[in-house]
Amino acid sequence: MKYALNINGRPHPVEAAPGEILLDVLRREGYKGAKFGCGQGFCGACTVLIDGQPVNSCLQLVGLVEGRTITTIEGVGSVSKLHPIQDAYLDAGAVQCGYCTPGMVLATKALLDRSPDPTEEEIKRCLDGNYCRCTGYVKIIDAVKLAAKRRNGTR
Amino acid sequence: MSSHATFREVNQVRRKVDGIGLVTGTALYTDDYDVHEMLSAKVLRSPHPHARIKAIDASRARALKGVHAVLTWRDVPRIIITEAGQGYPEPSPYDKFILDNKVRFVGDEVAVVAAETTAIALQALALIKVTYEELPAVFDPRDSMKKGAPVLHDEPEWKIPIPVEMDPKKNLCGRADVTIGDMPKGFAAADLVLEREYENQYAQHVANEPHTTISYLDPNNRLIIVTSTQVPFHVRRIVARALDLPIKRIRVIKPRIGGGFGSKQDIVTEPLAAALTMATGRPVRLQLTREETFTSSRTRHQTIIRLKTGIKKDGTLTAIEMDALQNAGPYGTHGLTVLTNTGSKILPLFRCENVRFNAWSVYTNLSQGGAYRGYGGTQSGFAMNIQMDEMARAIGMDLPALYKKLHIRKGEGSPVFAALGEGAEGHPMTIGSCGLSACIDIVAREIGWAGKRNNPGTGRLRRGIGMAVLMQGSSIPKIDMASCSIKMNDDGSFNLLCGATDIGTGSDTVMAKIAAEVLGVGTSDVIVFSSDTDITPFDVGAYASSTTYLSGMAAKRCAEKVADQIRAVAAEMLEEDAKGIVLRDGKAAGSKGEVTLGQVGLRSLYEKDQHQIAAFASAYSDQSPPPFAAHAVEVEVDTGTGRVRIIRYITATDCGTAINPLLCEGQVEGALLNGISYAMAERFIYNEKGRLLNASFGTYGVYFTRDLPEIRTFLVPTYEPSGPFGAKSIAEVNINGPLPAISNAIFDAVGIRLRKPPYTPETVFMALRGRKEK
Ligand code: FES
Ligand code: FES
Repeated sequence: MKYALNINGRPHPVEAAPGEILLDVLRREGYKGAKFGCGQGFCGACTVLIDGQPVNSCLQLVGLVEGRTITTIEGVGSVSKLHPIQDAYLDAGAVQCGYCTPGMVLATKALLDRSPDPTEEEIKRCLDGNYCRCTGYVKIIDAVKLAAKRRNGTR
Repeated sequence: MSSHATFREVNQVRRKVDGIGLVTGTALYTDDYDVHEMLSAKVLRSPHPHARIKAIDASRARALKGVHAVLTWRDVPRIIITEAGQGYPEPSPYDKFILDNKVRFVGDEVAVVAAETTAIALQALALIKVTYEELPAVFDPRDSMKKGAPVLHDEPEWKIPIPVEMDPKKNLCGRADVTIGDMPKGFAAADLVLEREYENQYAQHVANEPHTTISYLDPNNRLIIVTSTQVPFHVRRIVARALDLPIKRIRVIKPRIGGGFGSKQDIVTEPLAAALTMATGRPVRLQLTREETFTSSRTRHQTIIRLKTGIKKDGTLTAIEMDALQNAGPYGTHGLTVLTNTGSKILPLFRCENVRFNAWSVYTNLSQGGAYRGYGGTQSGFAMNIQMDEMARAIGMDLPALYKKLHIRKGEGSPVFAALGEGAEGHPMTIGSCGLSACIDIVAREIGWAGKRNNPGTGRLRRGIGMAVLMQGSSIPKIDMASCSIKMNDDGSFNLLCGATDIGTGSDTVMAKIAAEVLGVGTSDVIVFSSDTDITPFDVGAYASSTTYLSGMAAKRCAEKVADQIRAVAAEMLEEDAKGIVLRDGKAAGSKGEVTLGQVGLRSLYEKDQHQIAAFASAYSDQSPPPFAAHAVEVEVDTGTGRVRIIRYITATDCGTAINPLLCEGQVEGALLNGISYAMAERFIYNEKGRLLNASFGTYGVYFTRDLPEIRTFLVPTYEPSGPFGAKSIAEVNINGPLPAISNAIFDAVGIRLRKPPYTPETVFMALRGRKEK
């Protein structure tokens, strides 16, 4: 089947079986920033934004996301121009192995787009689906706060 | 040089040198490599804890369209190996074949399939018909050495390559027995003798990236292995042995790694993938499912510790007798060395003249033990710190005061260092730096020790505080080796190649900063490439808290050699003596003038006496200077439900000079939260047939952000004279604190001693009820 996906603001037709998992399709199409961690909806390594909301792409069927906007980490910033959230992650020391980072950054983006000045509780609630074994989350929460502060400071 | 103020790159906050690729999702992990026509591999695993394979019929699987190979024990070389990614000769028994005609735990490897798609590979697994003869199994390490216990390893090929005591007929795969001083005399001198039993639970590392290997043949018919490993050079050596290939035919590439924590210090997926590539000539990808990482990779060794200690009323420790019985699981990877580290990572911490460590590692038919951050120090730090708390209370001494009275200090040695090493004797060592007293003071002050201790309050919710102190090491003395090379480019930048294996730890950044400090350039002027066995010099890999200390030392030495060469060229350019030339701010400055490193680079490559400014250096140490840490935690116990809430957790760590303070704190916090979730929730639940029932994120117990308590992290600077710019390691030590500190805090709150984690509501509730009934 052909699916007319919209990925990172551009139409992106893909060939896939209707029951295929979005994560597999995205990775096959080169969006390797979405990672496999469990395939069961627990770890959030596969997080992408669908219509701005963080979703575990390992549980999403490709046939169900046609016509909706998909944002992967590749659509957030690039190596030549980081998104401010990505800068904040680096400056806060929130990146160790980096396997959780694309998902974390996307979840952070969804949060800050909705709530520019989140409380610590809100941050914890919003990142709760994203597992990280390396950092103990402390610096990730710092990074979200830093990103929010910078964004608000420059407005 | 011992003043931090003089550092320009080291000890300063810098971004991770590899950070951009990680935050943009562009850095390649193993599974991100696109290799043309790659086959997908799947493993058939044993449903039985212990069985002999009577017959395997793979004909239907092989006939399935899209299947390229099905390998059983008949199809792979029968060469005994250990999968422990340790230096050669490994102190782990050779007790494993790539595939065997016997299975020793539920989840053991029976056969492996390579097919065009994962779906076909899974279909093929279902078509393999295996006839098992089930054998009696042993699950409790206390039963393993009993007469008549099932013997796991009866293969005649079994061997141990170093002279240590093991006996597979008795399921014994590790033994240590050392005595220092006079135990009866020590106990006789005590005012109080305590004897207690502790038992930690199985645990898994739960690195975010599952074990993944890609293997293929290159145009020269060499076997390329791209793999999520902590130990590329050990992978090369062990796969060569397992497949009977010359080492020169294998190239191991370490891409980005999604965390390891010890689980990727072993050879887990590499031999099977490589065997399939050799059988099919095709690229093969083998990735474990999340479930398989739990059931069939590696775990923390469950250990039962009986601890007997004698103490005088003034706090003098007169004797420590530690018996440890370790459950190695079905294969002895790291069993012996985790066992000896169980002794050596805690016993030297407290001054005591009479010490005995008597320990066994035994096979069982449960999950396979391996390296796990903490490496024995977790098990013994747990026992010792709870016992210290109990002793302090019994003699009426404040715990921080007792710790400060007893802990080892700078300039002191411990006979334990010489007596206990990596599976064998160790090496004498004098402590070159120790900031533990300062760490204790900080955590006591920050937690509010004086006001909160013994002050649980009344009512249903009770509060308590607890403490623990810890040490680890920095590399394995006289065994580990690290090396690197640096070459200079025409703009005064440098390429640093190292075998040091950045698995997310930040070691590339550490290497760059250390070299930059020596070369008088910015961290971003040093371009680091890590771990490709064809390209980078040797390094044992990322384990034993060795990288910052040992690989960092190699980087420093190598940079010093390069600096000498730069000074020689600059001396000619400036027409003055090289000795007076200083490298700083990207320049070589003498008394007569200065030249930029770019000018030096250009001249050396293009203008005069052309040569490549470059050097190699190795580092090896006879010391393993311990980092030290103190932990303090406040908990709230709900006496109605048994639920324990961590209110706040404070750590202070002495890692010498923090090469990159933010990354150091990150190491502390990651280790700490892993330790906290281990103490509170993580465990393996088996059924009576040895099957793991909770092999998933959802049921195992790792922590997410909602579980995160308030954490505060302090680094206490000291200067380790043997380390690069005064640095010691930091990776492991802080995982060891939560088991005892939280148990001690729970006692402070409600007066129950928990010596068998995790401290789940049920455990606490039952203990509270048990106390009421008494
Ligand atoms: S891979 Fe999708 S939640 Fe883990
Ligand atoms: S940085 Fe490794 S899992 Fe988050």
